[in-house]
Amino acid sequence: MLAQQLFNAFVLGSVYALFSMGFTLTFGVLRVINLLYGFYVAAGAFLSLVAVRDIGVPLWAAGILGAFGTGIIAVACDSALLTPLRRAKAPELSSLIVTLGGVLLLNSLMLLIFGAEVRRFPVTLLSQSPISFGVLQIGEVQLVIIVIVAVLVTALFLFIERTRLGIAIRAVAENPDAAALMGVNVDAVFIGVSFLAATLIAIAGILIGLNFNAVHPYMGEPLMLRGFAVVIIGGLGDIRGALVAGLALGFIEVMTAGYLSSNFKDAAAFAAMVATLWLRPSGLFGRSVTRRA
Amino acid sequence: MKPAIYLALAITLAFGQPAFSQETVKVGAIEGLSGPIAKYGVPIRHGIELAADEANRKGGVLGGRKIEMIFEDSAGQKDQALNAMKKLLARDRVIAVLGPTLSNEMFAAGPAAVERQIPAIGTSTTADGITDIGEWIFRTAMPEADVIPVTVATVKKRYGIKRVALMYSNDDAFTKSGFDVIKAAVQKQGLEIATIETFSTKDTDFSAQLTKIKGLNVDAIGISALAEAGAGVVLQARQLGIAPNVVMFGGNGFNSPKVAEIAGKAAEGFMVGTPWFIGKKDPLNQQFVAAYKQKFNDEPDQFAAQAYDSLLILAEAIERAGTTENTRLREALLKTDHKGVLGPFRFTPHRDPASTEGVLVLAVKNGKFDTLD
Repeated sequence: MLAQQLFNAFVLGSVYALFSMGFTLTFGVLRVINLLYGFYVAAGAFLSLVAVRDIGVPLWAAGILGAFGTGIIAVACDSALLTPLRRAKAPELSSLIVTLGGVLLLNSLMLLIFGAEVRRFPVTLLSQSPISFGVLQIGEVQLVIIVIVAVLVTALFLFIERTRLGIAIRAVAENPDAAALMGVNVDAVFIGVSFLAATLIAIAGILIGLNFNAVHPYMGEPLMLRGFAVVIIGGLGDIRGALVAGLALGFIEVMTAGYLSSNFKDAAAFAAMVATLWLRPSGLFGRSVTRRA
Repeated sequence: MKPAIYLALAITLAFGQPAFSQETVKVGAIEGLSGPIAKYGVPIRHGIELAADEANRKGGVLGGRKIEMIFEDSAGQKDQALNAMKKLLARDRVIAVLGPTLSNEMFAAGPAAVERQIPAIGTSTTADGITDIGEWIFRTAMPEADVIPVTVATVKKRYGIKRVALMYSNDDAFTKSGFDVIKAAVQKQGLEIATIETFSTKDTDFSAQLTKIKGLNVDAIGISALAEAGAGVVLQARQLGIAPNVVMFGGNGFNSPKVAEIAGKAAEGFMVGTPWFIGKKDPLNQQFVAAYKQKFNDEPDQFAAQAYDSLLILAEAIERAGTTENTRLREALLKTDHKGVLGPFRFTPHRDPASTEGVLVLAVKNGKFDTLD
């Protein structure tokens, strides 16, 4: 049973990590707590669902369509909502509030178009029956989740650490004005990061939709809350921290529900967040906060 | 201005009281016929109309007097329900009222009927305390608390279960009260509760709770949840390898085609109780379903069936009372012994449904709820 619970925790934590890495990337670079990400979860899942069910493309292609489509939506939303605020050098609170308004508006629109009912990907796409490895029961979807998250995380790290664009992104995160003086096209970096982060989050939405068979306009909401906890535990803007904290949060939730009581599951997750803020206010791997000022 | 108002009033009065008014028996109905509530109110209206037509075709009541239905739209609003009730009582002088549709509306409008001493029959109001409003409030709708014990008893009898795990979403009043009823019913049947697990309505991952349940080797899992989250629980239970011989059953929240649609094969064998089922093979029910489909070109639902039975119960009571006088009608209603599409029906002295004989337990078979063999 412990092995199965550890595996459950790993799958859940992987999805949290993927979502939170996108979330934290935007914060690190754009300095925006972007609540639209809750909407991108649902947008990714719905775009793929429409692609699979109504257009009839294979699942992998639908996944790519959903991810890239959401990336484009994100670029459009950010240009419309956030770029003007950035130009005006508005305080961080303004951008937080404008994304709050944005997510409420977009979720309501989605409700109008798709309705509140829960949909699912066609039953026949992936096998529902689990494969047994000794005591472990592993579903095809869960394997897919672990592989995709592992590949994406590795690719993201290589991209940020090794490529010129990755270095540009880090430079902008460090100091946008200095990066601009060094010849980095800051606007292009902002657009690229919006796209990249939304793509990761849309993929998290698609994987959740596949694993738990629940696609609906508000599916991103619980993830949004978890995302906050993960990003704070891992340190705002810290991608490595988001990975570790995402896995840790999955672990905390599953172990609490499995061995303590499911009543405390959410409480434990957010207690970890509060404890982090008390003990290590800049996150697990936090560097000094003053650096950002 | 003034003469115009008097003229309007005169016209209203003239047309509002047709020449045959002495001969019909007026019955009011307050239903949510517009807005989102219409998905309940309209089938209820249809059920009532069908029953009134049938009663009138068979010669009406009290030696040939026709039942005349007067429908008022409450749109699901408490104040509109109360206004409708006042209008039906004071202007139309109905002898009884069916509805309103929602429990909240009944709490608002019921006291007016009590004050006027006119029977009001809730056909779809299942909240606690409806009949506590007063001596003149009846209800034919069966509360969930009456249905779940039948489900639990049926599961126990059919599969000989001894040890159960219970799961419910703890952030919703409806599913929490459903859980309380399941727990009480399970204890009453002398079953052992291995664990009680909770989740939130918005959760999608239940693997930790279900893995724990799997390790406890239970015979059955009882779940109180809304259809969507509940279907997710059912699906993941089977994915985690909880064996098919572990029976799963649920409260009224599962009474939706969504369960089999979302959970697919995992939903096979899932059991739920209901006061009424369209596929019930009883001839009376089949006849009702056929007549309803023919008249309204739509399938009846539970609310239509309850409304249909309710009007026939009222018509029988009028006949038994031999008069439309209020106290005799109330006495006659209390003596109801009706065979309806929901099964045998009697009132308790407190004017609630007395019998759960009509409750059906359904199980998912080939992707659809169906009666047990």
